[in-house]
Amino acid sequence: MTDLLNILISESFWAASLRIATPLIFGVLGALLCERAGVLNLGIEGIFVVGAMCGWMAVWLGAGLWGGVLVAACAGAIFGLLHAILTVPLGLSQHVSGLGITLFATSASYFTYRTALPNVSSPPRIEPFQALDIPVLSDLPFLGPVLFQQTALTWLALLMVLLVWYVLQRTGLGVAIKAVGDNPDSVDAQGLSVYGLRMGAIVAGSALMALGGAFLTMSAFDAFFFGMVNGRGWVCIALVIFAGWQPGKALFGAVLFGAFDALQVRLQTEMGALVPGQIFLMAPYILSIIALVIAARSVDYPRALLTPWFKGQR
Amino acid sequence: MTPKTVLTLTGLSKRFGPVIANDDVSLTLHKGEVLALLGENGAGKTTLMNMLFGHYLPDAGRVEVADAQGILEPLPLGHPQAALAAGIGMVHQHFALAENINALDNITLGSEPLLALRRNRAAARARIEGIIARSGLKAPLDVPVGQLSVGERQRVEILKALYRDARILVLDEPTAVLTPQEADTLFSNIRAMVADGLSVIFISHKLREVLAFSDRIAVLRHGKKVGEMATTEADEAKIARMMVGADTPKVARDQIAAGAPVLSLTNVAVKGRSERESLEHVSLTVNAREIVGIAGISGNGQSGLARVIAGLTTPDAGTVAVDGAAIENPTPARMVEAGVGRIPEDRHHEGIVGAMSVAENMVIERLDDPDIQSMGLLRREAISENAARLATAYDVRGPGVGAPARLLSGGNIQKLILARVFERSPRLILANQPTRGLDMGAAAAVGQRLLEARARGAGIVLISEDLDEILGLADRIFVIRDGQLTQAPTTEREQIGLMMAGVAA
Amino acid sequence: MIRIEPRAATSKTFSIGVPVLSALIALGFAAIPLMAAGANPITAYGEMFKGVFGSVFSITEMLTRATPLIFTGLAAALAFRAKLWNIGGEGQLYLGAMAAVAIGSGVLDISGVLLIPIIILLGAAAGAAGMAAPTYLKIRFGADEVVTTLLLNFIILIFVQMMLEGPLQDPMGLGWPQSAPVLDQGMLPPLMDRMRVHSGLILAVVLAVIAQFMLARSVWGFKLRAVGENAAAARHAGINVKRSLYGVAIISGGLAGLAGVSEVAGLKGYLTADLSPGFGYTGIVVAMLAGLSPIGVVIAALFIASVFVGADGMSRAMGVSSFLADLVVSVSLLCVLVGGFIAKYRIVRSEKAGSAT
Repeated sequence: MTDLLNILISESFWAASLRIATPLIFGVLGALLCERAGVLNLGIEGIFVVGAMCGWMAVWLGAGLWGGVLVAACAGAIFGLLHAILTVPLGLSQHVSGLGITLFATSASYFTYRTALPNVSSPPRIEPFQALDIPVLSDLPFLGPVLFQQTALTWLALLMVLLVWYVLQRTGLGVAIKAVGDNPDSVDAQGLSVYGLRMGAIVAGSALMALGGAFLTMSAFDAFFFGMVNGRGWVCIALVIFAGWQPGKALFGAVLFGAFDALQVRLQTEMGALVPGQIFLMAPYILSIIALVIAARSVDYPRALLTPWFKGQR
Repeated sequence: MTPKTVLTLTGLSKRFGPVIANDDVSLTLHKGEVLALLGENGAGKTTLMNMLFGHYLPDAGRVEVADAQGILEPLPLGHPQAALAAGIGMVHQHFALAENINALDNITLGSEPLLALRRNRAAARARIEGIIARSGLKAPLDVPVGQLSVGERQRVEILKALYRDARILVLDEPTAVLTPQEADTLFSNIRAMVADGLSVIFISHKLREVLAFSDRIAVLRHGKKVGEMATTEADEAKIARMMVGADTPKVARDQIAAGAPVLSLTNVAVKGRSERESLEHVSLTVNAREIVGIAGISGNGQSGLARVIAGLTTPDAGTVAVDGAAIENPTPARMVEAGVGRIPEDRHHEGIVGAMSVAENMVIERLDDPDIQSMGLLRREAISENAARLATAYDVRGPGVGAPARLLSGGNIQKLILARVFERSPRLILANQPTRGLDMGAAAAVGQRLLEARARGAGIVLISEDLDEILGLADRIFVIRDGQLTQAPTTEREQIGLMMAGVAA
Repeated sequence: MIRIEPRAATSKTFSIGVPVLSALIALGFAAIPLMAAGANPITAYGEMFKGVFGSVFSITEMLTRATPLIFTGLAAALAFRAKLWNIGGEGQLYLGAMAAVAIGSGVLDISGVLLIPIIILLGAAAGAAGMAAPTYLKIRFGADEVVTTLLLNFIILIFVQMMLEGPLQDPMGLGWPQSAPVLDQGMLPPLMDRMRVHSGLILAVVLAVIAQFMLARSVWGFKLRAVGENAAAARHAGINVKRSLYGVAIISGGLAGLAGVSEVAGLKGYLTADLSPGFGYTGIVVAMLAGLSPIGVVIAALFIASVFVGADGMSRAMGVSSFLADLVVSVSLLCVLVGGFIAKYRIVRSEKAGSAT
């Protein structure tokens, strides 16, 4: 018990939690934007892969780290646009289209990677983002290591939480996005474009998702591996329901999830002899399902989620 | 002095596939007048206004709107944005409000820059409050619209239009969801706004309110304008004839003595997810050979009552008995077995499976019947023979019994459901809004079938928002209000209206 | 101005034409990545064709590859018919495979006449349980089955790894994470000498035919279609929607479980954690290409298996990554989606009649 307590008060544990949470923060925010506008984006898992691959490859080809981030975001946006076209003006099944995008994005990434690097067994490494060392702040007790020794991408993720919150809560655009996800007619009747708002939200959300992937290859690790996304996208879809489509709660959910994941890694090393390690590996996914079950009945889904809207059919 | 023209519609036509919704319709609206657009369901009123507002693109015709100086300018069609800019505001029957944001945001949506970093809410609020003060349209601005009453939502809709400086306001069936008293308030608000220089088109199929509140009446039938007159020259019989083309078919109703009880609800209570579905200690007995009408404003527990009788909701308290036998844990299947026939409120959503064939929809309630299946396999010949027979007997017209049911028109879908229900000679029939959205001919046929079933010995629960329908068909009338059921002591329209509104009767 | 109008009725031509055309477009589209990889598309397609139809062996390989896809395709098609989004075919496949090796690798040393049916039934039951659980969570708690089945795939795969390093590990396996082999008499008999194609294929096709018949002709199928097309109307008409959903969940999960049984007891002989290269997910594509028709699933599975086997051959011959096959498969899914749209709606160009702009 004291062991557990020691873990929970350690700086390195919370630093790791925030690190693990970072890609999820991007992913949950992205999914949140799409769903607030009324469209489920199951392309998230594949868009993570695309972001991871493109960001890493851009850096490997010499684009520089921020260049890689930009490339990843654009690649995610392109796949998001495809999903947007299929689900918004064409009104196709958001489930099937999203799964199709995931399969397409994943296979396209793998194919590109294999074609660029036909015969390598271990992928070339890049110089990833380093922890920002901010004088004074980094030396603060506890908060220093937890908050101020993260990489720039973690900071970007936290900034995005603020940005998404601000846009949704404080701007006309945010009001319009919330309205289009609740009742598209309300937006159409006021002369705004339902298609434009929805497609824009999906494209922006997908770019955010891709940044989650980019974090994996450019910050958490330094290379691209097959299967490295490993269900993180699906976890985000569960977390966004848990968060009730609120950016603040999304951050909370992602960090909680990160903490749990960090905890299982530490418990695994401590209790590995007693329990098979896989129990711990399973735990985050089981936790996601539990979170979903707890939240499912009590949250208010965006009313227009999954419902296509066609111009001129009221 | 000739009144100033603010709007002209010239030769507007619109087809949807083979259906002609509007055929060469022309209209003129003058400044400061209330024009009633009258017609049956499906006469093309809403389509016409949707073209004016840019939701539909007309196949032919043009629209001119007076600008701020009063000069008629052509309106680009098919662009709601242009209609808004020209000062046309429309309040739809189904409100176009986002329920997760408040009234202020709904009103200002689209008229403030999307990308501005800060919103000037104080200025917007001041303007809205000014409009409220002038028009009397009171509504809370800071509560999510989902929590507002229907009347308040309608006022928010009108405020939306006025906030955008609408000079022309179109109201689509504005009183459908209001009590007679709320409707009166609305019309006095409209009078205030008209005095302020607004011009109003209101769409209705209720003769009474059209005669009481409009200055001029235009009548549509089958998509064509069939008449136009000053309200002072109109009378009820004259415009009713214009609407239906001939005298209104009256359903003949004989007096017959009621029989033994077929349905008994005793102290039934339902705690629904919303007020629409909640019931409080409802007791109701329906006898054989009688039609019991349930009148009330939409959303006062009608759907809760209907769901209990249909077997879709298990009451939290109280008992349901059919033909004297209590039904434990009612399910739709058990109610059907007990002899209850159900005509659902939303025939497209609950009545039919649109993707399945007409024939399949005709047997969907009797899949256990050995005539329909043996050993779990469908008897397909029996199913199509049954369908062919019912289609003839109940005059279900369409592309054939093998075609998907969604291809049928609304009236024929209702006939399909009637065939399915009446064919089993039910002891009790639940008819929930059975004529909503049907044209007068189809509606009269439904009324006729209900009377036939009554003569045959069935008991009928008729839930309707159309008080005239209930007054025409029912032997006894109850009023439902806030989930409570009260028997009306009279058949006096005014009296029942007051009961519907919750004013002591 | 362009508008979208629903077609009055969807013609038969479309329901067959759309998937065929989608497959062809996807193959045509693949020319772009092929050229990007420096290969001549024509030669590459030639190699692909040869890789599938070049010999009896290659054809049997294609059939072997199609077998699990028919099972997972049926699993997805039936569930989707009821609008139950079973994306967990991959996990259910592993559950079926695990049950097969658990019972088939020596616990029951009995004659094959008994053992094979027991393996099949238990495998199906394990898969069925794997879909019944998320269906329960959906019905009882409203937890979206898309997310739960997706997450279950990961949970089950980790569970398989745990079992393969624990109770199910082959004691003779030198510590490799693999199970003991299924007893010889428990193996599904091969269909041809010295070829890998096995009688799981026959089982798959027979089940597809039965599913087709039951969907169209049985009360069960009637209820399933009604629930899928309009659950509210089905419920109103007295159909027990929950029972229908549980029923189709069990059958769908069972079919996916059979994919695992067939791979383990028909092909590999033992279980490893890389038994399936995503058959569960590919099954969704198969089902969509088939327009959710069971017989269509057989045809779509043959097509997709051809793409995979052909791409392998092409990859060996020309050095282009065989991920090309996944690309073709995913693009054909997107094409069939768009095709379904074109079959359902038509795009109308209308003149701006009467407009003065």
